[in-house]
Amino acid sequence: MHFNLTAEQQLLSDTVGRFLAKAYAFEARHKIVKSPEGWSREIWAQLAEMGLLALQVPEAHGGMAPAVVETLLTMTALGKALVVEPYLASAVLGTALVRDLGTPAQAEALLPALAAGEKIVVPAHGERGSRHDLSRVATAAARDGKGWVLRGRKSVVIHGQAADVLVVSARTAGAVDAAAGISLFLVPRDSKGLTVTGYRTFDNQRAAEVVLDGVALPGDALLGPEGGAFPGLSAAFDLGLAAICAEAVGSLQAALDTTIEYTKTRKQFGVPIAKFQALQHRMADMLIHVEQARSMSFLAAMKAASADAGERRRAVSAAKVVVGQACRFVGQQAVQLHGGMGVTDELAVSHHFKRLMAIELSLGDTEHHLEQFVAAGAGRPA
Amino acid sequence: MDLSFTPAEQAFRQEVASFLEKELPPATRKKVLDGLHVTPQETIQWQKILHRKGWGGPNWAKEFGGTGWDPVRQFIFEEESAAAGAPRLLPFGLKMVGPVIMRFGNEAQQQRHLPRILAADDWWCQGYSEPGSGSDLASVKTRAERQGDHYLVNGQKTWITLAQHANWIFALVRTDPSAKAQAGISFLLIDMRTPGVTVRPIIMLDEGHEVNEVWFEDVKVPVENLVGEENKGWTYAKFLLGHERTNIAGIGGSKRELARLKRIAALEQKHGRPLDQDPAFAARLATVEIELMALEITNLRVLSAEAERRAPGPEASLLKIKGTEIQQALSELMVQAVGPAALPFDPAVMDGAPPALDPAYAAPLAATYGNLRKTSIYGGSNEIQKNIITQMILGL
Ligand SMILES: Cc1cc2nc3c(=O)[nH]c(=O)nc-3n(C[C@H](O)[C@H](O)[C@H](O)COP(=O)(O)OP(=O)(O)OC[C@H]3O[C@@H](n4cnc5c(N)ncnc54)[C@H](O)[C@@H]3O)c2cc1C
Repeated sequence: MHFNLTAEQQLLSDTVGRFLAKAYAFEARHKIVKSPEGWSREIWAQLAEMGLLALQVPEAHGGMAPAVVETLLTMTALGKALVVEPYLASAVLGTALVRDLGTPAQAEALLPALAAGEKIVVPAHGERGSRHDLSRVATAAARDGKGWVLRGRKSVVIHGQAADVLVVSARTAGAVDAAAGISLFLVPRDSKGLTVTGYRTFDNQRAAEVVLDGVALPGDALLGPEGGAFPGLSAAFDLGLAAICAEAVGSLQAALDTTIEYTKTRKQFGVPIAKFQALQHRMADMLIHVEQARSMSFLAAMKAASADAGERRRAVSAAKVVVGQACRFVGQQAVQLHGGMGVTDELAVSHHFKRLMAIELSLGDTEHHLEQFVAAGAGRPA
Repeated sequence: MDLSFTPAEQAFRQEVASFLEKELPPATRKKVLDGLHVTPQETIQWQKILHRKGWGGPNWAKEFGGTGWDPVRQFIFEEESAAAGAPRLLPFGLKMVGPVIMRFGNEAQQQRHLPRILAADDWWCQGYSEPGSGSDLASVKTRAERQGDHYLVNGQKTWITLAQHANWIFALVRTDPSAKAQAGISFLLIDMRTPGVTVRPIIMLDEGHEVNEVWFEDVKVPVENLVGEENKGWTYAKFLLGHERTNIAGIGGSKRELARLKRIAALEQKHGRPLDQDPAFAARLATVEIELMALEITNLRVLSAEAERRAPGPEASLLKIKGTEIQQALSELMVQAVGPAALPFDPAVMDGAPPALDPAYAAPLAATYGNLRKTSIYGGSNEIQKNIITQMILGL
């Protein structure tokens, strides 16, 4: 066992970090999130150029997959800089779905373009009624000759508006909450009957409501087995969970760092407030949360692709629980220790607070993953 | 010991409830119950309605036009008002500068300012904090130099709540720069329309504008606007801070928010069932509800002790800490209740713009959760409150 990085991995981490420190400083990010699209195609092109969009793309299609450690390092760097581009949505989740479930033709059509940053593919899965349940899908797909017709509504689809292709989950059989009977479809953004309404989220990312009002698709729009997409969907979301945990670690560390820095410079009662033991202990608790989260982000990364579904479930859900708790404690205390400055829009700390809150709610919240962990441990299907 | 309210107190509660039922404007009420901002006009309108009824000063003595209610009646009034969705009364005049003027101001100041506070003719704001003086308030630097019949004021205040609507500010200023910390501070009443006063917005993390910087550049303040004695301002400030904290437990407001949380939890679904029937969520909700029950009794104990002693004591710090923790926990649970639906964000919703998405109740939750982080920072941060408890109660 070891936790060392190879020279190449260290180089990648340093390079991404340096790039973001320059291109994604607080002011630059502010401009990006206030722009009409809310994210930057220029940054996206640069991430592609650095090879970062190819990490989940198989070598056969010009990528580097599995690149587990590289993805972890990249996500942590993105988290530190509060990057809002569709990396998790497209370069991790969308890419993994196409890679793992696509036919050779689908893979060839999308993966090279994904790696090059020419196409954005994001999952449109969550629904208003599904909350955090991965298998609760009310959107329905009906056969229509050789093709399909989709009806339903997807909610808080991260980067739905940026997508060239949405990977829409829809039920082709089974009860509303059954894992069996879920199918995935590649839905081009310009499909008739598809309405995508984008908006800003609290953490200054972009999401969308997606309405499918009789969207007609050809037979080859089906991604993965008819009615049997759930295992692939679940595997991709576990990869996404590992990635978002790594992103959280970057943001958590940054929130702690900026708090330490602030308390060392802010003076009250004639001394830096970092001298007050009450605050020192608080920062020690923050550090413990960050390190526990970091450990679990490693575990999640290593186990996210495990063939043993039970082991994978326990590791990934446990990671999200530890990370979720860290997000809440560190986010809140970072703000608290900044005093009034912490609740303004002016410093990075409140933006980390908001992103950390959103991460806790994304891909299943703490309570959901506690349930998942318990269910997996009791030998019941996750 | 008897924990029930007397028949007279119960009758009073009834009277307040029916008054609210009749007089509270429905549009205002809806905003408060939905967790949205009320407008300054709505706040003023409500104060004027109360004033007409003779209830403009719920915490004021009769001789100054107040109700003369004892602390228990004040508590009942606040609780009923909050539950019914009445806007929060502006504390800056009623709970802060008003009591200071009554206690330490001269008759001219009392006659000039107190009736205008009751009638909501003036909007006061609190000018204590400065960029360099937050928790360490006694280090304020804003300078007031006596020049004949006026003070010349120079300096900067910050975090001033709703100063953008205010026409008066009460400020802690340094009149004797050679004296040590607390000793050289005075308490000044400053007309915000005086030349040299500038208000600049500070945007908060929910993108709302509720705090401001207030700058003073050669502002001439007539000496008759000094409260009490020169260089004794710290005593008055401390008196005021005690009053600011008496209702900081916010029991009534938290009961209202608990009711909102329960409404939301009944409408949300988890695993296809109402969320309030989910054991894990129900347990978390109950935990906060129980904390609130305990705090209500603690609050009543403190009020009853205060009624005997006639002054707020250090126990107020306990109420502030626990009260704000409960407010924050409720806002957290509301976010958790709606899950990802809390994420779509449009700051205009807080000011009444219709939310673009369903359900409407989810739209303000993230902003409120973020915004309420302030409650453990302002009014003496919760860390400072713990310092007060350790020193004043524990004697450490
Ligand atoms: C929304 C909002 C509204 C406000 N409205 C007003 C207003 O209307 N008028 C007004 O005058 N002020 C107002 N304030 C200011 C408020 O009173 C101050 O923010 C507060 O006193 C804290 O000061 P600070 O922000 O400078 O933080 P700091 O004093 O710098 O504190 C930073 C951190 O250090 C901690 N800390 C400081 N000293 C100690 C210590 N000795 N021991 C342990 N921990 C310590 C604090 O608890 C905090 O966590 C408002 C603030 C906010 C956020």
